[in-house]
Amino acid sequence: METRAFQRIYTKIEEITKATCTVRASGVGYEELAMVAGREAQVVKIMGDQVTLQVFAGTEGIPTNAEVVFMGKAPTLKVGDALAGRFFNAYGQPIDDGPAVEGEEREIGGPSVNPVRRKQPSELITTGIAGIDLNNTLVTGQKIPFFADPDQPFNQVMAMVALRAKADKIILGGIGLTNDDYLFFRNVFENAGALHRIVSFVNTTEDPPVERLLVPDMALTAAEYFAVEKNEKVLALLTDMTLYADALSIVSNRMDQIPSKDSMPGSLYSDLAKLYEKAVQFEAGGSITIIAVTTLSGGDITHAIPDNTGYITEGQLFLRRDTEVGKVIVDPFRSLSRLKQLVIGKKTRADHPQVMNAAVRLYADAANARTKLENGFDLTDYDERALEFAREYSRQLLAIDVNIDTEKMLETAWELFARYFSQAEVGIKQEFMDQYWQEE
Amino acid sequence: MNDTAQHTKGKVSGIIANLVIVQVDGPVAQNEIGFIRHGGAPLMAEVIKIIGDKAYVQVFESTRGLQPGMEVEFAGHLLEATLGPGILSRNYDGLMHDLDTMTGIFLKRGEYTPALDLEKKWSFRPLAQPGSPATAGSWLGEVKENNIPHKIMAPFKLEGQYTIQSLAAPGDYTVTETIAVLADSRGNEVPVAMAQQWPVKRAVKAYRNKPRPFKLLETGVRTIDTLNPIVEGGTGFIPGPFGSGKTVMQHAISKQAEADIVVVAACGERANEVVELFTEFPELDDPWTGRKLMERTTIIANTSNMPVAAREASVYTAMTIAEYYRSMGLKVLLLADSTSRWAQALREMSNRMEELPGPDAFPMDLPAIISNFYSRAGIVFLSNGQTGSITFIGTVSPAGGNLKEPVTESTKKVARCFYALSQQRADSKRYPAIDPIESYSKYLEYPELQKTLNEQIAPDWVNRVEELKNILLRGKEASEQINILGDDGVSVDTHLVFWRSEVIDSIILQQDAFDEVDARSPMKRQKYMVDKVLEVAATELSFGSYEEVNPFFKRVIAALRQMNYSEFESEKFKKYEEELRQILGERKTS
Repeated sequence: METRAFQRIYTKIEEITKATCTVRASGVGYEELAMVAGREAQVVKIMGDQVTLQVFAGTEGIPTNAEVVFMGKAPTLKVGDALAGRFFNAYGQPIDDGPAVEGEEREIGGPSVNPVRRKQPSELITTGIAGIDLNNTLVTGQKIPFFADPDQPFNQVMAMVALRAKADKIILGGIGLTNDDYLFFRNVFENAGALHRIVSFVNTTEDPPVERLLVPDMALTAAEYFAVEKNEKVLALLTDMTLYADALSIVSNRMDQIPSKDSMPGSLYSDLAKLYEKAVQFEAGGSITIIAVTTLSGGDITHAIPDNTGYITEGQLFLRRDTEVGKVIVDPFRSLSRLKQLVIGKKTRADHPQVMNAAVRLYADAANARTKLENGFDLTDYDERALEFAREYSRQLLAIDVNIDTEKMLETAWELFARYFSQAEVGIKQEFMDQYWQEE
Repeated sequence: MNDTAQHTKGKVSGIIANLVIVQVDGPVAQNEIGFIRHGGAPLMAEVIKIIGDKAYVQVFESTRGLQPGMEVEFAGHLLEATLGPGILSRNYDGLMHDLDTMTGIFLKRGEYTPALDLEKKWSFRPLAQPGSPATAGSWLGEVKENNIPHKIMAPFKLEGQYTIQSLAAPGDYTVTETIAVLADSRGNEVPVAMAQQWPVKRAVKAYRNKPRPFKLLETGVRTIDTLNPIVEGGTGFIPGPFGSGKTVMQHAISKQAEADIVVVAACGERANEVVELFTEFPELDDPWTGRKLMERTTIIANTSNMPVAAREASVYTAMTIAEYYRSMGLKVLLLADSTSRWAQALREMSNRMEELPGPDAFPMDLPAIISNFYSRAGIVFLSNGQTGSITFIGTVSPAGGNLKEPVTESTKKVARCFYALSQQRADSKRYPAIDPIESYSKYLEYPELQKTLNEQIAPDWVNRVEELKNILLRGKEASEQINILGDDGVSVDTHLVFWRSEVIDSIILQQDAFDEVDARSPMKRQKYMVDKVLEVAATELSFGSYEEVNPFFKRVIAALRQMNYSEFESEKFKKYEEELRQILGERKTS
C-alpha cells in the first residue's frame, strides 16, 4: 500500500510482542489501518498517546526504529464486478497474476443489518444430497457449518454443495487452507466452468496466522456488495473457522487478556457472531448464505470453538463413515438445519416433515438394535427389519454420493418404509399413509 | 441523581474495543449515561467504573474511528426507558430505540429513534378525581392501546404522598401533553404526562406486596402445564445445549401462553429467529382473544451481531417494560433468550476492565446480578388491591452443554422451575426435549397452587400428576434393566412397565410444535389425554411372550398419536379413541 503525502511518520516503537507493537502517536482512530515497516497493521488499543497495533504478518525482524504510518481508515476492500473470477490474499491483493481491482473502496467489518429490514428466509437450496435436502434442508440466508474431524472430506462436500447450489456468486474464504486444498478448490471450480462466478480470498498455511483474521471480513464484504448492490444470491464458504478462532486467541493472549474457556478470548461468541450474522435474506431478493467448516479435535463439540459456533449458526452438519455400507454419510442424528421448518412441507411435498422424522426415528431404532447385538443379546424380528432398513437408508439416501431430487428422495423413503415395516410401526399421519403407502 | 445539575464534560483518553476511558472535568455518577461526539453522531455510553478523574464507559456502539481527545458530554441520568402508551407491537433495540423508524438497511451508529410515537393522540379517560391522594403508580386515567386498557399512572419516580390537583378532561392527547398535576404536602406541583422515564436497572416498587404465586399460567405445552407447571408471577429457566430446542420452546410459550402482555427479549441470539417473530406474530392469532399476537407483544431485539453493551441493557429494558404493564394490573409474560449471552456481555466488559475473574472468567458478582434480576418477576397486589404479574422464563445456553457452569448454577439457585432440555431426547427427535425426570417445578409443592389446580382441573389432579411421574420413573428403571439384561432376560412385566412409560412419553411429553392441532393443547384436553394414558396404564393386559408387547404398544401409541393430531372431540378424534378401545380389548384380561 502506498503512503500519501503529508502523513506523519512515527519511528519510535516502544514495545514489541510476537503479534503486536506499541508506538507513541496522536490523532489515531480506533481500528485504523497502519503500515509498520511496510507490513499491514491495525490499531487494537489506545491509551493516551500509546497506540497498540496488531501486525498481521507478525513482528519478526521489526526494529524499534521502524517506520509506522497511519492510513486514516480501517482496512478496506475495493468492490466491483471485476472481483468475479479472481483470487486474492487476506489483504484483498490479487494472487492470480491479474491486475488490481478498481472499484469503490469499502471498510471491511461494516455495520449490521437492522433486524426489521431482514426478510424471513424461505428459499430452498437444493444440493441433491439427501442427507442434506431431505433431513437437513438448507435455506438462503442461512449460516451452517460442517463440524468435521480434519481427516473427513469436508472441503470436497462443500465444493460439491457450492457448485450444485445454483448461487449467482460463490465467495471462498480460505482461512489457513493447505496449499493442496487451495489448488483443489481452484481446480474443481475451473473444471466446472464456474470460475466466473467465484471470488476467493485465501490465506494458506504458508501465510502468517494473524492475517487470517482479515479473510472472513474480506469475503463477507465482497458478499455484501453482490447481495445488496446486485441483488444476487451469494454463497460464502468459510473454511476453516477453527483456525480463525485460533488467530483470535493468539492476539488476545499477546494483549494479556484473561482467557475464558479453552484459552479462547471471552469475546469469542461476539467475534464469531459478527461474522456469521452477515448471513441474511434481503427484501430485494439478494441473500448471503454461509457454509463454514469448523474442524474438531477428536469429535469434541464441547470445545469452546464448536460450542460457541453451534449457538450462533442455524444448525450444523456432521459427516460420518458408515462402516455397514462403507460410505461417508451425513449423520442424521447429530446434523440439524434449524431453518428447514421454513421450507419443508411448504416448498417441498407436504409429507416431507413426517417422512423425515419417521425415517430418522426408525434409523435410531436400528442403532439401538445394533447396541443390543454388540452386547450379545438376541434380536427381535423388528430389530432385524430395522437393521436392514438402516442399511438401505444409509446407502440410498444418507450417502454423500447420492444426487437425486427431493421428490425422488421421498419416494425412496416410502418404498423403504413399506418394504420393512407396517403402517403402525412407521407412525405417520393417516392422510399421508393413504396417499403414499406403497403395498408390496 | 439531580437532573438539573450542570452536566459534566470530558475527553476520550483511551480505547480498548467498546471500553473507553474518559478524562472528566467534574462529577460523574456510576452508571451515568454519556455521549461521545464522533463526527455528527453522539455515541451513547454508560459509566461502569471511576478512578480519580477517569471514567470508564462502555459504549453501546462500535468504537471504530474513535480518537483520543474527542468530546464527551454526560447526561446527568442513568440508562432510562421511556414508558407510555404505544409500546405494544413495537420492535426495539436493546436501548429501546424503535427499529422500524430507523432509516436504511444497515444500522447506523448514533441513530437514536424515540421509543414512542410523539405525534399520535390517544383518547384519554380519567379514572381518578381531583383531590384524591396519589402515590407512585396510582392509576390516573386510561387509554386503549390495541384494545388493552392501558392505565396512565402517577410517575414511578414520585416519593411520598401526593394529591391530585387537576386532571385533564376526557379527550385526545399526545404522550407528552400534561394530563394531570399532582402536588406534594408542601404544595409543590408536579405536572404529569402519559410518558414517563424510569432507570432500567432499578426495580419498579410501586405495589403494596408480593405474595407467593398461586395460579397456573397455561402455556398449552403438555410437558409444562401437566408435569411441571409454571405459575402467574413465577420464574423458570430452560437450559440446554444448542439444537435441543430452547428457542422453539420459547416461541411456543410466547405464542400460546395465557398472558395479557408478552415481552420478548432476544438477547444476543440469531437475527433470523427474531425475524421469525417479526414475520409471524402480525399474522398469528392470540388463542385467548382471537386478535393478532403482535397486538399483545413487544420485542426487544439485540441480536448477537449488535453491540455487546446494549445486549446487557436489553434484558433490563425488557424487564422495565414488563414492570410498567404489571403496574396496570395485567398478566405479563417476559421471555429472555438467552440469559447466557447477557452474562457473556458482562464477562467481556469485566475482562476489558482487567478485573480479577471468577469461575470461567465471569465476573465475581454474576450470581448476585442474576438473582437480583429474577427477583424482579412476581405477582403483586397493587395499592388499589388489583393484582398484576410478571412471569419470567429465561433460557440458558450452557457452554459445552455442561450444566455445571456459572450461569446455569447461579440461575438454578433463583428460578423455581427448571426445564432441562436433554441432548439425548433431542437426538432421538423426542420434542420438546424437556427431560421429565430431571426437570421440576417447585410451585407444584405449594399448597396454594395445589388447591387451585385441584379446583380448576380435577379434584385429585396433583395426585394424577404424581402418578404420571411415578410411571415415567419406573419406566426408566425398566429400560435400564432391559438394556443390561436383554429383552429375554427380564420378565414380560418389566416390558409392560417400560411400555406404559413410553405411552406417556409419546402422548403427553412429546408434542409437535409444527402441527396446527397438536401445537397447543388446552388444559381441558390435557386432562382428557392424561386420563386416557392413565387408563391405558391401569389396564391389565396379558401377553404370551415379550415379543408381542412391542408391536402391541406401537399400535396403542399410533392410535393415541392420531388423537393428538385430531381436533379435540371431533369425529376423527372419536374414531381413533374407538380404535384404541378395540386394540386394548384384544389383550385385556377380564
